[in-house]
Amino acid sequence: MSISLQGTIGRGEFERSLDFSVVDGEVLAITGPNGSGKSTIIHTIAGLIPLRSGQLQSENIIWDNPSVKTWIAPEHRTCAVVFQDLRLFPHMSVVANVAYGLRAHGVHKDEALSRSSAVLMQVGLSSFEKRRPENLSGGERQRVALARALVVEPRVLLLDEPLSAVDVASRAALRELLPEILSSFAGATILVTHDLGDVEAVATRSLGLI
Amino acid sequence: MVVLAAIGGFLLYRGFEIFKDFGFSFITGSKWDIGNAEDTSTAILGIGAMLFGSVITAIIAVVISVPFAVATALLIEFYVPKWFKTILISVLDLVAALPSVVFGIWGYAVLLPLVENWSKTIEHYLGWIPIFNVPSGIFGRSPFLAGLLLGLMIVPIITSVAREVYSQAPRDLIDAASALGGTRWGALRAVVLPFGRSGLVGGTMLGLGRALGETVAVYLTLNLVFQVNFKILASAGGNVASLIATKFGEATEYELKALMAAGLVLFLVTLLVNFGATIIVNKSRKIV
Repeated sequence: MSISLQGTIGRGEFERSLDFSVVDGEVLAITGPNGSGKSTIIHTIAGLIPLRSGQLQSENIIWDNPSVKTWIAPEHRTCAVVFQDLRLFPHMSVVANVAYGLRAHGVHKDEALSRSSAVLMQVGLSSFEKRRPENLSGGERQRVALARALVVEPRVLLLDEPLSAVDVASRAALRELLPEILSSFAGATILVTHDLGDVEAVATRSLGLI
Repeated sequence: MVVLAAIGGFLLYRGFEIFKDFGFSFITGSKWDIGNAEDTSTAILGIGAMLFGSVITAIIAVVISVPFAVATALLIEFYVPKWFKTILISVLDLVAALPSVVFGIWGYAVLLPLVENWSKTIEHYLGWIPIFNVPSGIFGRSPFLAGLLLGLMIVPIITSVAREVYSQAPRDLIDAASALGGTRWGALRAVVLPFGRSGLVGGTMLGLGRALGETVAVYLTLNLVFQVNFKILASAGGNVASLIATKFGEATEYELKALMAAGLVLFLVTLLVNFGATIIVNKSRKIV
């Protein structure tokens, strides 16, 4: 088992009880309408929002359990996120954006850049390294966000509506690329989306939120 | 605007004769000799050394204050709990409101002996660098002491602007940096510092403006000597504002005009710096 969540997530007035686990190699798609708490799940697992009650654990390590006052900081969780709004650093080049996570983990600059270049090639952006995010299309930005998450080799990959911010043509291309990339990803993937097309394209299992 | 124009106009009106008599050498010259009080043609007046002193003490102040101000702003905005944040902001406001004469007296009584010792140590180890070399062996009321004191005085100004700009840094990008493995400091360095760079430059220029125009604190902690002094640990220097304060009481009619002209130069320099700062701060606000 790579990650499991049994407990209550919440933000403000909103609260939802959940019980699921995802194993390595599996892609769990969590679907539901707007406001059903999909992004809150991602943010809770990433450590950006604390769990209300219950337990979040990965590889026998408790990441969050309020009852025993255990909480692992986001930077110490072996997960990476592709946010719905991407959140690329606007002042950094594409390759610097991708290399950020590696540099944050103490990887030497040269190695970080070469690993980032390799992942950028994997997502089809090898000639975009020096560009700034503002000079990319929606689909290209999405690929950078994906490369930025993959390069740190997380145990858990969290994808928050990964295809929502792109045009129709780019979405089709990404729907082809995403399964290809995820098939070579060794860890567990949690994908939240409201689009059943995304579920069909990449998920191995799905969980519906009402 | 009307008040600014009135002050500028008054200083120009009173100092115009000096600019007519000395031209550009009033700004570049480093001698202040009023000559024969009856014959103004014997006077040699130039504020070059004092202008240099203003700039060098202000630069020292900025170099010392910026790291403190950045660290304080980040500490207040991202590290301390809310209740302590309120206390720290109140303390900073209090320090900003302290009269400069209080700083000056404290600098003279407390900082001077300390800085004298520090200066000797710096000179001992780094004396081979020309600016730290003191051939006269006289330390004390040096540009370093005045700059250090000015630095402490402008920390609250720079901190206040930096804090405001940093508080507007996008939290979602900070979260993104954390979610990718960045520590809190790593996330701040990757997102907040680049984001607040232009605001910090603006705040620094506001502080620079204050440091350039400071009078009493410099008057009490810097030995007024009419020479361009590159050696920042040596007890010699001065700035335009302290020159005016020193000479004003016993000035002849002609010297008074020269002091007005010096005031006009200082007025224009600080106006320019503050104007630049305001533009940069406003620009950074628009970006955020």
